[in-house]
Amino acid sequence: MNVSQNHLLLVLILVPLLGSVGVVALRANPGTAKLAALGVALVELVLTAVTWFSYSVSAAAGGTRFQLVFDVPWIPAFGTRITLGVDGIALVMIALTAVLVPIVMGSSWADKLPEGRTAAGFYALLLATQSTLVGVFAATDVFLFYVFFEAMLIPMYFLIGRFGGADVRSADASLSPKRQYAAVKFFLYSLLGGLIMLGSVIGLYVVSADRLPGGGTFAWADLQAMAATVPESVQIWLFLGFFVAFAIKAPLVPLHTWLPDAGAEAPIGAGVLLVGVLDKVATFGFLRYCLPLFPAASKSLAPLVLVLAVVGIIYAALLAVGQDDMKRFVSYTSVAHFGFIALGIFAFSTQAFSGAVLYMVNHGITTGMLFIAVGMVIARGGSRLVSDYGGLSAVTPALAGAFLISGLASLALPGTNSFVSEFLVLIGSYPREPVYTIIATVGIIFAALYVLWVYQRVFQGPLRGNAVMASVSGPGSVQSPTAALTGTGRAKSSFTDLDPREVAVLAPLVALVFLLGFFPGPVLDVINPSVVSTMQEVGLADPVQGVAR
Amino acid sequence: MTGLVLAQGAPITAPEVAYFAISPLLVVLGAACAGVLVEAFVPRHQRWAAQVGLTLLALVTAGVLLVAYARGGAPAATTLAGAISVDSPTLFLWGTLLGLTVAGVLLIADRSVEPGGAFVTDAAAGGSGRSGPVGTVQDRITAGRTGMQTEVLPLTLFALGGMMTFCAANDLLTMFVALEVLSLPLYLMCGLARRRRLLSQEAAVKYFLLGAFASAFFLYGVALLYGYAGSVRLADIAGASVASQRSDTLLFGGLALLVVGLLFKAAVGPFHTWTPDVYQGAPTPVTAFMSAATKVAAFGAILRVLTVAFGDSRWEWRGVLWAVAIASMVIGAVIGLTQTDVKRMVAYSSIAHAGFILIGAIAITEQGLSGTMFYLLSYGFTSLAVFGVISLVRDADGEATHLSQWAGLAKRSPLVAGVMTFLLLALAGIPLTSGFTGKFAVFSAALADGMAPLVVVALIASAVAAFFYLRVIVLMYFSEPAPDGPTVTVPGAFTTAAITLGVLITLLLGVAPTLALSWAAGGPFVS
Repeated sequence: MNVSQNHLLLVLILVPLLGSVGVVALRANPGTAKLAALGVALVELVLTAVTWFSYSVSAAAGGTRFQLVFDVPWIPAFGTRITLGVDGIALVMIALTAVLVPIVMGSSWADKLPEGRTAAGFYALLLATQSTLVGVFAATDVFLFYVFFEAMLIPMYFLIGRFGGADVRSADASLSPKRQYAAVKFFLYSLLGGLIMLGSVIGLYVVSADRLPGGGTFAWADLQAMAATVPESVQIWLFLGFFVAFAIKAPLVPLHTWLPDAGAEAPIGAGVLLVGVLDKVATFGFLRYCLPLFPAASKSLAPLVLVLAVVGIIYAALLAVGQDDMKRFVSYTSVAHFGFIALGIFAFSTQAFSGAVLYMVNHGITTGMLFIAVGMVIARGGSRLVSDYGGLSAVTPALAGAFLISGLASLALPGTNSFVSEFLVLIGSYPREPVYTIIATVGIIFAALYVLWVYQRVFQGPLRGNAVMASVSGPGSVQSPTAALTGTGRAKSSFTDLDPREVAVLAPLVALVFLLGFFPGPVLDVINPSVVSTMQEVGLADPVQGVAR
Repeated sequence: MTGLVLAQGAPITAPEVAYFAISPLLVVLGAACAGVLVEAFVPRHQRWAAQVGLTLLALVTAGVLLVAYARGGAPAATTLAGAISVDSPTLFLWGTLLGLTVAGVLLIADRSVEPGGAFVTDAAAGGSGRSGPVGTVQDRITAGRTGMQTEVLPLTLFALGGMMTFCAANDLLTMFVALEVLSLPLYLMCGLARRRRLLSQEAAVKYFLLGAFASAFFLYGVALLYGYAGSVRLADIAGASVASQRSDTLLFGGLALLVVGLLFKAAVGPFHTWTPDVYQGAPTPVTAFMSAATKVAAFGAILRVLTVAFGDSRWEWRGVLWAVAIASMVIGAVIGLTQTDVKRMVAYSSIAHAGFILIGAIAITEQGLSGTMFYLLSYGFTSLAVFGVISLVRDADGEATHLSQWAGLAKRSPLVAGVMTFLLLALAGIPLTSGFTGKFAVFSAALADGMAPLVVVALIASAVAAFFYLRVIVLMYFSEPAPDGPTVTVPGAFTTAAITLGVLITLLLGVAPTLALSWAAGGPFVS
């Protein structure tokens, strides 16, 4: 097995980790630290590209479950090994992370930090988060996965708690506790989920010790091979342990309440990673751990998950409609989207699986972009409230365009990336779960409503809103706001259109939205063999044959 | 039985003594006696150096002898007519205790954090008096001239000797004597604080009174068990519990009383009431030593008693200890939430941890034994380092232990805050720290032995307890420092070394625990 160790994935984990240490070492000089962090992120991106092209789709189609395997023993007493490897699903998630991190860094470049915080700390934490994310996706040992799953919390906790809430201009004294509250809530929810999962991880080990000739193990492949022999009653308990952790992380209603708080208080950069990638760990976990390791339990508990998923789609959409806080709004749309992904996963068909995985990628891109666009609005107005803005397209047309593109992608307009994935999920889910699919489809209508309504309120109509007015005129000025912002007063206003840095941040995302909207093929090709393997592990055949591409 | 029942007039044969096997114990107790002589005969200004040198030398020598004996591969055996059992668990626990004591002594001996050392026996209350307000230049001069009260070091060695005997004792009487030898010095050490002397002395009295109670319980238990089995040897009790026709009431009554005494020492709820007061009142270096080492010794003894003497009857008593473990975890986690003093908070955390350890101890399997001992090792060093850090955060009145005083510490002293955060995460059981590895070892042993509900309770308790660790991290990192908040004393070499040792072991046992796990799994108890 150890004939050919492939160190590529190990390098992918270590580069950002060591990079973050290096960035901290440079904290005396924030400018250099930022550049160094961006450099590390770009190196990571290149390395990820190398990984992408090292991955052989034909080998995956030929039945090789994991590629680029690295495997060394870790704690023999527990049977844990440091085993890394990727299938198509993990690979696209790692790629998504690698793409988003430099963009996030670019978008945070000019962020105001809370008093007394250094930029170096922020960027180091971003890199540390990336390292744990790659680890979570690349781990093929359940124990190692758990370790990364928990480790992931810590940098994100500090990102929210130390750097959050600084985007609002008003020096509101109540702000700081709010940010702490969000950080602690995030940490406790996740930790509780993680500890419940730990119970299942240990349980899995104990079950495997009884069943496998070689004693207890955490190796995913061995546990999967054993899965069919585990009685369903045991599977259900173990499944629930993993499921609760993932349902909190995803988040699924009713365990979602931490996300709007964390999303609202997180600095934009951290928020993008939180909603864009961190939460995908949960849906990834469903596909990698819940389904293959507990197939019987997954099938018998699927109705529970589907109900939660559909409730989430509708309920979160309604909440999103009612939000005045833009960051909470994005968080709620994200909860709704997770409902779609969960629906696709627990509908058990190749198409729906493919759609769900593609949705995970697309959601990272579109929601990330929406978050960044929202952040740019907030950076200009110093307020998170929709009602503080109005008519911005007159002064910031390019930003309005970017916001609209991300919004339309988020509501899955044909031609954008999300359309492909949402369509695949719905068409793949319908044959097995028609009722849930029909209800979920209603969510699309709500999506159009909440996205367009926010767009309309913030960008359309006459210039209005407290934040806009405050930026226009000093006290006592009776100038027309439009004239002030577009004419002579423009120089002193904070409402300028996108600067080159912001264009550079948004452009790759816009490109990806349309690229994946029209040509999802290359990504689907990477995903599909792994999706087929997952289907086999679940032990179900497609309800409708021959529809899959 | 030969050692106990000797016919009148029969020739008395001296018991065999495996001197090499018990040499670490002899060195420690010998050095303690020598320390008393040093205290009596060496001039005051030389005592500190002499005592510290003697103590550390003794600990290192004991450690070297222990390693030499363990590597020599001598079979596990009992010695001193079966009173002491030097087996694999004993060696592991002795090693743990010696390591913890080295770190503890480093903290205790340090004179840089608290000028003149943290210990006095006769200074006036309130830190003022003949040496002036502590912290002033005058006080530093005085302190430098008089040196600290060094009785504390031989007392530490006596306590250590008692602890080592306690977890190696193979009969209940030896265990009782060891219990007293370890307890009496600790009672004294709790009352020696230079600051907040009323609190300190209250702690000592409280500890003594309750400890005496617990000892009495223990002794009653021994008496009942002797009545049942006709012997105080653990192996004989085990034999009698299988074969004897006597009433089980004696057996389980005796066990109950015995275990109350042991659980008291281990600070397991609901026998924990002394813990927060004593941890808070005692001088912090003593708390560090006491919290870490006493737990190791007490759980070592609990493991031995439960495994050797009561292993066969475990189905009868395990339900009760389930309840005790749950009570301890819940009390520790829930009451810990309401604490506003760092030392009390860590005390409640230790009660919760005692519940976790007890889960492993009642598994009575090889896995349970090794997991529990590993947990003791990892928890001991983490907790010791936590108290070490606490002793550094000070204001004009001494240690600033109120939580509000810790606000914004990260800004003033990023390194100390970072170290404390790491240690707190270890206490919370986050992966890549020893706390996680220990929890994993204990919980997997418990689950394998069919205690799934207990493990679930433990996991939930861990999540609850995480909140109060998190609260400290929040305070240190996310809050603004108070204008007249405490400063962080730059620690001297001794304290730095002790904290570094604790942090390194916490990290090492989290990342690469293989070696320690294999030591812990060295072999079963021998009686």
